Amino acid sequence: MSQFAINLLFVGASFALYIGIAIWARAGSTKDFYVAGGGVHPITNGMATAADWMSAASFISMAGLLASGGYANSSFLMGWTGGYVILALLLAPYLRKFGKFTVPDFIGDRFYSTTARTVAVVCLIVASVTYVIGQMTGAGVAFSRFLEVSNTAGIWIAAVIVFLYAVFGGMKGITYTQVAQYVVLIIAYTIPAVFIAFQLTGNPIPMFGMFSTHSESGMPLLAKLSEVLVELGFRDYAADVSNKLNMVLFTLSLMVGTAGLPHVIIRFFTVPRVADARWSAGWALVFIALLYLTAPAVASMARLNLMTTVYPEAAGQVENYEEAMTNPIRYEDRPEWFRTWENTGLITFTDRNGDGMIQFYNDGNEAFAETAAERGWAGNELEVNNDILVLANPEIANLPPWVIGLIAAGGIAAALSTAAGLLLAISSAISHDLIKKTINPNITEKGEMLAARISMAGAILLATYLGLNPPGFAAQVVALAFGIAGASIFPALMMGIFSKRVNSKGAVTGMLAGLGATLVYIFTYLGWFFIPGTNMLANTPDNWILGISPLSFGAIGAIINFAVAFAVSKATEEPPQEIQDLVESVRYPKGAGTALDH
Amino acid sequence: MADEKSNAAAYWSANVRLITGCLIVWALVSYGFAILLRPLLSGIPVGGTDLGFWFAQQGSILTFIGIIFFYAWKMNKLDEKFGLGE
Repeated sequence: MSQFAINLLFVGASFALYIGIAIWARAGSTKDFYVAGGGVHPITNGMATAADWMSAASFISMAGLLASGGYANSSFLMGWTGGYVILALLLAPYLRKFGKFTVPDFIGDRFYSTTARTVAVVCLIVASVTYVIGQMTGAGVAFSRFLEVSNTAGIWIAAVIVFLYAVFGGMKGITYTQVAQYVVLIIAYTIPAVFIAFQLTGNPIPMFGMFSTHSESGMPLLAKLSEVLVELGFRDYAADVSNKLNMVLFTLSLMVGTAGLPHVIIRFFTVPRVADARWSAGWALVFIALLYLTAPAVASMARLNLMTTVYPEAAGQVENYEEAMTNPIRYEDRPEWFRTWENTGLITFTDRNGDGMIQFYNDGNEAFAETAAERGWAGNELEVNNDILVLANPEIANLPPWVIGLIAAGGIAAALSTAAGLLLAISSAISHDLIKKTINPNITEKGEMLAARISMAGAILLATYLGLNPPGFAAQVVALAFGIAGASIFPALMMGIFSKRVNSKGAVTGMLAGLGATLVYIFTYLGWFFIPGTNMLANTPDNWILGISPLSFGAIGAIINFAVAFAVSKATEEPPQEIQDLVESVRYPKGAGTALDH
Repeated sequence: MADEKSNAAAYWSANVRLITGCLIVWALVSYGFAILLRPLLSGIPVGGTDLGFWFAQQGSILTFIGIIFFYAWKMNKLDEKFGLGE
């Protein structure tokens, strides 16, 4: 059977499974549609949350980012997991006790204002749509690579699949399909990692293999990797970063963004009891950690594999690398996987010094230029796109074709599950918060369901259109989504629970200030609405205020939000007594059961 | 009524104290050990690298899981103790 047929089989079988589950679990009432009847077990819910959370960014690109940046990119690991601590301690149990369906529901009721509700809806839609665009693009790339269709066709196939199970299943459909997707994606991620860890270190557990001995050289794996990289002028894999302020703020932005993203928060409305909301967050993190603890191992091992593929003699060397580095493989002897990926244009080779060999080194390092010149090198000849690392990993390690088919199904599951969760958050914000609570309170339950499905279809079309014409790099768009959620929604939720003094004026001005400041800072460096050429300053560390990158600014936006909200609330009237009583009641689990059946 | 109120207030301040403690550990392993204090820990080797690197890529995540389960367990006991559970 050809690789194409195997990919088709794996992707097709996994789809049949998801759609089958969606049909089996078809939603009946509005409550079922949004929150799965409030009856999802914490472990099931944790697994679904993990699938919801781990998108194409986690599955496909994160290991590539870690491999290229080493220690400096650890922020992604800590930021995208540490957010769950904030969620579990500061938000989830109280929002579950509050017992309504959506995030704007809480903000609208707690701050007793339609304006606050509407501002929250706007923040939620902007953050979610930007995030969905990245997912549609990611799904499109995965489909086009493995099904051998064009990128455009890949995105449309993704749109149709998401539409089918999100629109007809509602939350219950999504909860159980997402459990299935989690299982598919975690198996797809760990199997190749186990094989590779065993090949390189003899230890089959990737997270231990990473810190054990590299069999071929007898050195610790990470020390070996750093040595090879430094010999070629690259950054030491474990090198410390010089701008720690930026690293701290970037990690913090990802954390508060995680706690402010509506599709993750909405998950905690679906457990039966307040205590379950606490356990649920823990289980979600356990399931997420299975991938996040494996990712750094995949990253370091794949990077080492890549280097020793180009410099085969470097694998067994210790200390003296001169001969190994001057004997890279000849271009005509390159392995099969190298050829396959060259066809996609994601690996490119240019023989700059015309010697027929592949010189792969850091030609941007001035201190290394002399060594390179002595060796007769005329510039780096190999460009490898970071994003192919996870997808190419099984091929690099010579694993059987079914593992490659599995990776295809896993990557697609990751992108689709996140897109579906976000679409649900968008549609409930429109049909429930905007139409039912603001525009037409007399809408029937049937009408509300119809509005939810129409807005979901609308959101899919918009995201597909923007996915076909993405407004910037996926990573920039995703970072913007985190910045918006972290700077606007998270502080409003937290203050709503932990302060009785913050009133509607404070919350509204705080959200607008946090959102506004974050958008202005990002657009200053990346262009207004990401339109190229409209940026006012070049996006380089020299121009950044205190060296804070636009990606890290969400944390500052959140601080501004808190400061403005407190200052304005202090200067204006106290919230009415019934609101203070509401805050009081949210703090105690007692009576949560009745709250849900309102 | 007054009793009920002071009981609720005691429950809430116990909760806030617990959250503060958990968040100190949360910040210590991630912002502390993994980022700001990494140079201080560079003398402690862990499999080819240093303890700060391990905390950045493994240890902080493992600690986060521990914090959440500890908090859930402790809060369930507080719910019971103050009679405010479901």
